[in-house]
This record gives sequence, C-alpha cells and structure tokens, in this order.
Amino acid sequence: MSSEQFSEYTVVHGRAKSFYERYDRKPELQHQTHFCPGCGHGIVHKLLARAIDELGIQDRTILVGPVGCSVFTYYYFDVGNVQAAHGRCPAVATAMKRSRPAGIVIGYQGDGDLSAIGSAEILHAANRGENITIIFVNNAIYSMTGGQAAPTTLLGQTSTTTPEGRSATTEGYPLHVSELLATLQGPVYIERVGLGDNKQIAQANRAIHRAVENQVKGLGFSLIEVLSPCPTIWKMSAVDSQHWVRDVMEKTYPLGVFCDRTKEAQPRRLPPEPPSLEAIPAILDIVNDDSAEASSAANKATKPIDLHVRVAGFGGQGVLLLGEVLAEAGLEAGLEVSWLPSYGPEMRSGTSNCHVRLSDETIDSPLVTAPNILVAMNEPSLRKFDKSVRPGGWIIYNGETFPTDCVRNDVHVLALPFTQIAHELGSARAGNMVMLGALLEVANGLPQSSIDAALRRLVRNTKWFELDELALSRGRELFRESFQEV
Amino acid sequence: MTDAVKRDRGLLKIDDQECKGCGLCVEACPPRVIALGEHLNHYGYRTAVYAGTGCTGCGICFMACPEPGAITVMRAVANRAAAAAIMSTGQEGSPSCASN
Ligand SMILES: Cc1ncc(C[n+]2csc(CCOP(=O)(O)OP(=O)(O)O)c2C)c(N)n1
Repeated sequence: MSSEQFSEYTVVHGRAKSFYERYDRKPELQHQTHFCPGCGHGIVHKLLARAIDELGIQDRTILVGPVGCSVFTYYYFDVGNVQAAHGRCPAVATAMKRSRPAGIVIGYQGDGDLSAIGSAEILHAANRGENITIIFVNNAIYSMTGGQAAPTTLLGQTSTTTPEGRSATTEGYPLHVSELLATLQGPVYIERVGLGDNKQIAQANRAIHRAVENQVKGLGFSLIEVLSPCPTIWKMSAVDSQHWVRDVMEKTYPLGVFCDRTKEAQPRRLPPEPPSLEAIPAILDIVNDDSAEASSAANKATKPIDLHVRVAGFGGQGVLLLGEVLAEAGLEAGLEVSWLPSYGPEMRSGTSNCHVRLSDETIDSPLVTAPNILVAMNEPSLRKFDKSVRPGGWIIYNGETFPTDCVRNDVHVLALPFTQIAHELGSARAGNMVMLGALLEVANGLPQSSIDAALRRLVRNTKWFELDELALSRGRELFRESFQEV
Repeated sequence: MTDAVKRDRGLLKIDDQECKGCGLCVEACPPRVIALGEHLNHYGYRTAVYAGTGCTGCGICFMACPEPGAITVMRAVANRAAAAAIMSTGQEGSPSCASN
C-alpha cells in the first residue's frame, strides 16, 4: 500500500493512549501481551483502556491488578498501578480511593480472585458502596494455575478438580456474583455483559465506560461482570470459545443490568480528612519522646530493677489491669517493660494471668516462667504457679491463711484477705490495687509519681481513680505493717 | 488511484508481529475481508491478513481483537484538510454495531 493512499485515510481505531507503546516485559515480546491467542482478558483490557481514554482520566487513574492471568496489568496500562494480593483488590482499592479521593480507582479481578478467595472483600466493598469500579472477568475457571474449578464453574463443566464435571452435590452451584451483590443497598450499578459476539462486545464496551464514568461522577460502587472466553483452558479454538460464552455460559449467567441506582444516587461526600501524622500521638494519648524524657526524669526509678512478675486470678478480678498499671509505671520510669496477657475465651469467670517484665536492661523474652514475684488472687492460681517462683522471690496471696502444703522455706509470703480489705475501702473490685500496693513495696524503686501517671492514663473514671489510689496506699501500709512485725 | 476506481470507505493495517492469529477478527468482520494468512510469522502464528479491498472502516474487528495494537482501522476522509481536523481531535466515535 502506498503512503499516498494512507494519507487519504485517517485512523479511527488504534492502540489506546492509555496503553504503553511497548511493554516492559521479556525483551523479545515487548510489542505483544502475554495473553494466549483469543483470550478475553485482552479484549477487556482494550475496552477499559478505551474508556479511560474517552473519559480523559489517564493521569488520575489507579488500576488495582489481581492475582490470576491478568496479573500484569502494570505491563500494559500507562496509569497508576498497584498489584494486590489474591482477592484483596477491593480492600486495596478502598484504601486507594479513600486516601486519593480525586483518583479514579479501578479494580480488575478474575472469577477465582473475586468469587473464591476474595469473596469477603468484594461483598463488603460493595456493601459499603465504595466509590470504586470493579471489572470482574468471569471465565468460569482458574486459568493461570491450570484449570481448577472456580465457584463460577458451570454445572457439568470439567476442570482438573472436577474431572467428572461439576456436581451440585459435591461442589455446590455456580455462584451468581452480580445477582448476589445486587441484593445489597450499597452498589450503584451492576451489569453482566459478555464477549460472545460483536453485539455483546459492543455492549461490554458501553457498560465498562459507564461503570468508570459513574465513579468520575462520584456516584459510588459499580461492577461489570464480563463473561469471557479462555480458549486454552477450555481446550477450544478462539472462535469456538467465543461461541461457548454466548451459547452455553450465558444460559447459566444471563446478561443484563441487575442494579441501577445512578438516577437517584447523589455524588458521595468525601470521607473526612484523616488526621495529620503529627496529631496521631495526641489522639492515641501517647506522650511524645521529648516530654516522655522530661517526665521520666522526675519519675526515674531510684534503683536497679529486674522484675519478673506473674499475676494470676479469675477473669474479672483485675488481673490484667494490675499488670498493665505496673508495666505502664515502668514505662513512665524510663525502664524497659513488657506486658503479656494470657486468658481463655471467657470474659468473666475463666482463669486469667499475665506476664510483666520491668528492667533496666533490654528484655529478652516477655514470658515469665520463673517469677520473682507471684501475685495469686485465689487458691487455684496459687497452686498453679507457686512452684515456679524463684528462690528468694515473693508470693503475694489473696487469702487469710496460706495453704500449709504450699509453704516453701525459700520464698517470702504475704497472705492477706485483699478482697475483703478492698471491700472495706469501698469496693471489692479494688482488691487488685491493694495487692499492687504491696507489690510496689516489695519491688521498691518505682517512684509514686510514675504509678500515679500510669493509673491516671488507665483509669479514666475519677471515682475509680481515687479509690484505686486509696487502695494502693493501703496495700503499701499493710506490707509495712506485716513485715515490721516479723 | 484514479477517479474511475471506487475508493473503499475503510482501510486496515495489521501488525503481523503483534497478531497471534486467533482468528476472532476473521469471524467478526461483517464484510468478511479478513483471512488468516498462509505463512507463519516470526512466532509461528498464521496471522490475519486484509483482503486488500472491501473494508468499511466499521471497527468491529478492532473491538474483537485481544491485542492492543495488532489492528488499526482507518476511514477515508473527503480531503486532506478534513483528515488533519480529525487527526487533531483524536479518534472518531465508537464503532457501529452491525452483527456478524
Ligand atoms: C494467596 C494465593 N493463593 C493461591 C494462589 C494461586 N493462584 C494464582 S492464580 C489463581 C486463580 C486465578 O483465577 P482467576 O481469578 O479466575 O483468574 P484467571 O487466571 O482465570 O484469569 C490461584 C488460585 C496465589 N497466587 N495466592
């Protein structure tokens, strides 16, 4: 054809601007995609690139690619690209859209990716009505991994995992994702299209354009399911697989619009601006390093400390809070600390215990297997841990009398009815703080100011804060009284 | 080209290094002016070839083709000035939707 002849014609359909001219893949293959001949993904890519061109959004489009045959969207689309873990595209797209509200975020997913491993993510993104666009390519099989059955595999369709054909008895029924999501209130637009013939492709082209446009208008969640041929795994010619989409697949998956709220949808309001990075410590009530330094100067531990504490009792006795106040006070005092709770699934009445370490040195392990202080809030807890206490260590026991068979001559014991004492102070629930008061006398080295600061942070209610302070000092007193007598 | 020869409305360019010979364009083309060639390309595919005449410039083959740039569809313009105008505004509309 002479160049003169071409000059009388003008290009009406050619490579979309949103595609790269050459692809950054294997050197010899940079001018063609990695898709098999006749693959539906290639066509869907093309329709999508076209929509991006037509809407003039190339420079603000972020494409979230899936795991599956279409994993390499970033080779082809000259837009922002992120590749998500298998099935997690809607979650990643949500984050992208929320942090870049002006971006046009398009998720591209296969049927294995979306309807199997990613079924939860798509459901909730749709239900939240995230203002994103999902292109869902349904080829009724896991193609990339060699043809295992997907939730979308047709009844009777053979695959490597359903060699006799999919049976409803053993594999359940083909999952109708579009119909399912259309029952939710969140989505704005859901349509199923096909690539089964020219007419279907033209409709797919319009639907994909529309789904992206909805997002440009800020209307909300749109999903287009595309029934798409996979000649290689289906073991058919490209043309036969195209016909199979129209003649067979479409019977299970009827085409059409399943949800269209574009007329009544209002442009969604942007989510509130997230707080700045600098504001976060204050929101989380974390003192910044400078002031921590300042406070620790005042609260500094007065002597070397190496505490291995185990606190044990029933759930609801304040076991974990006792440990937390101790660890928090250690932090205030500039020590290395760890606090490790360990409890059963019951909120109340189960047993519960925690491991607390406070040290001047780096802590190697947060586990306290040989405590130098055991706080046992009841007899079963005592019996569970008493043997583990180090020689020379302490047992603080919540009970009037210490069980004689637990007596060891190499550990110190303080046994008092702490719950009863707390009850007399105002509430039996402050028993843990009376015990902590006694413990602080044993540990002796944490300044009261660091305890006060820790308690203030963890106990917000003034009434309880005051009672706990009272309980702490009562505990300290009781310890001193007990051991003056000795 | 002389005035005596009726000019086609459309013209096709097929990149025989990008084409993978799937044959979807052959199936899709309403005037049936695309076929698979006899010889194999560098990658061993029998690629699509244009018959040389009869293209209407409908663009349906382009939409059916899975490769981004294997097919380029052109349309005749009345004169060069109009051609330049179309080039500067980018592509012209969507393909019409004749069925195969
Ligand atoms: C977490 C995880 N599990 C499993 C896989 C293996 N894997 C790769 S692709 C794929 C299936 C993809 O199927 P589909 O989404 O239908 O895409 P297609 O290849 O058919 O286009 C699986 C299971 C993986 N990569 N990551």
